[in-house]
Amino acid sequence: MALLEIRKVSRRFGNLKALDDVSLSIEAGEFFTLLGPSGCGKTTLLRLIAGFDEPDSGEVLLDAQPLAGIPAEKRPVHTVFQSYALFPHMTVAQNVAFPLQMAGKHPEEIGRRLGEVLEMVHLADKAQQFPNELSGGQKQRVALARALINKPRLLLLDEPLAALDAKLREQITSELIALQRDVGITFVFVTHSQQEALAVSHRVAVMNGGRVEQVGAPEQIYGFPRNRFVADFIGTINLLPVEVRVAGGDALRLVANGLGEIVSTPVAEASTGQRGAYAVRPERVRIFSAGDVCELDNHFQGTVNEHLYLGDVTVYKIALDNGAVLEALLANSTSGRTGFLERGAVVGVGWHRSAGVYLRD
Amino acid sequence: MVRWSEWAGTVAPGFICVTESRQAGRSPGPGENLQKWLVSLPPTLFLLAFLVAPALLMVVASFQQVGDFGGLLPVLENGQSTLSLEAYRFFFGDWIYAEIFLRSFLVATATTLLCLLLAYPLALLIATGGKRHRDLLVLLVILPLASNFLIRIYAWMIVLGPAELLYTPFAVIVGMVYVHLPFMILPLYTNLESHDPALLEAAQDLGAGAWTRFWRITLPLSLPGVWSGSALVFIPVLGMFAIPELLGGTRDILIGNLIKEQFLDNRDWPLGSTLSILLTAAVLLLAWLAAWAGRPRRGRA
Repeated sequence: MALLEIRKVSRRFGNLKALDDVSLSIEAGEFFTLLGPSGCGKTTLLRLIAGFDEPDSGEVLLDAQPLAGIPAEKRPVHTVFQSYALFPHMTVAQNVAFPLQMAGKHPEEIGRRLGEVLEMVHLADKAQQFPNELSGGQKQRVALARALINKPRLLLLDEPLAALDAKLREQITSELIALQRDVGITFVFVTHSQQEALAVSHRVAVMNGGRVEQVGAPEQIYGFPRNRFVADFIGTINLLPVEVRVAGGDALRLVANGLGEIVSTPVAEASTGQRGAYAVRPERVRIFSAGDVCELDNHFQGTVNEHLYLGDVTVYKIALDNGAVLEALLANSTSGRTGFLERGAVVGVGWHRSAGVYLRD
Repeated sequence: MVRWSEWAGTVAPGFICVTESRQAGRSPGPGENLQKWLVSLPPTLFLLAFLVAPALLMVVASFQQVGDFGGLLPVLENGQSTLSLEAYRFFFGDWIYAEIFLRSFLVATATTLLCLLLAYPLALLIATGGKRHRDLLVLLVILPLASNFLIRIYAWMIVLGPAELLYTPFAVIVGMVYVHLPFMILPLYTNLESHDPALLEAAQDLGAGAWTRFWRITLPLSLPGVWSGSALVFIPVLGMFAIPELLGGTRDILIGNLIKEQFLDNRDWPLGSTLSILLTAAVLLLAWLAAWAGRPRRGRA
């Protein structure tokens, strides 16, 4: 039995379907991420779990117990808010001890736990400071400590890294992963940043327009997006419009207008004559000299349009014969590489049949 | 919409402080300094001429003596100083003045507390209610101020008269609370409206019920509003003479009446000045005590 079970939950605000028949189950000990653009319903879902809102239909179960009618203050679910929502008139210690006081714990136990938790988030020396005396990262850690101290069954994190600068975000991301591993509490993390989601999560649910588009491990979501939205939202991907020529057998044979055949791995939902898109990640596309013999299943000729030097890699934009522009990544550490490919140079591009996926419209 | 916090800032006129460039974290250039002076010069001059100078005159008057036909004796007569402590001696020589002072402070305290009790729930309601009705409700709060103060007090005489409550301490308190209620509601509303709703959600999320949320979050955060509202009610009530005169009985006179009497009826300007100065001193002492009691402290866990 999953720790948290969301069953066919819908929520409307006027004409807006914020959540549309959402079902998810989250296992104990999991670091689960709700990922999607703003307005996709991820925050609405979080508020339903926390108890600030109730679904119009469907139910939310925690430990197999329905949460309906249980107010937020009675749920063993704590939240780290995007704005941190630290109490400005209380010190760090008072903020962090608040949930224990609410739970009516003995002062002695509060003191002991407070010490442990502040130690854990490296804030022991800031105990007597007020929130406005802390840096963004420190506030973030106070919010985390406060939400964790009473050992909730579930910790909800609402875009907790959004207000931090890039360097700090990376550091706190690592801290979050370590923290979740150490405390063993189930985390439900909401973000619109696919990088964060891929970096921290055991599993990710990609949401769009109030629906769950795909649930899976980060490498599944990234490597095998189930539809165009997921493919496009996560990372960069090349999408070529195609038509299915042969659906059965051990290979899916597609045809791209003006380009020729593309061989792909078979998918169940493909049928002959169907229209769709073929998706392949830039780092899976190889570039080679135009004249070379290529053993890759799919290979085409193209012209270098431009390149973007990003330090660790260079992104080449290559125009294919049918006019489509393909992005290909070349690691700058690649051996034998001497300079950039000239604009206008004719090159070959190719990829293995398992490198891309077919997405039906 | 007028920002009521700015409006409430008139509690302490005369302390004009242009801090914008300092907040921006750079030192002001010479042009900016000049600009600051130009901006603050007119109000400064106004207050010097019509607040500071009269107050100083009052201090001098409190040591002067009553002239033959009211007014004041000149400070120097035949090369001899006429200054004396007589007015102060007079004040401290009779219990009646201390009693009136005490009664005035009691009335002001009662009025402030009643205003607070009535205003807090209303301010909270306006601040947390729907945004659509907010402006209308605030307008309703200030609407009574649009009609003349004396007319409103006369209206109370018509209301309280038949109920045989006129000319009682009760009538004085009713009038005081009625007139000063908006001055408590507005700063409280401004304060409560500025609270981050996420704080209450966080408190609830962490296990606090509705009452605990109020006592631990809303109330402590609203204290600045409570203080400024209380100052806006307490200080004017202390000096109020019209309401006790119209609604109160002969035994209900307050310091305001006493001061007015010295200047207009008894023509004893030195005593009137002395009473005014002692009242101001008492209010300043109280304000200082309040600031001291509410000073930021290091919290303990």
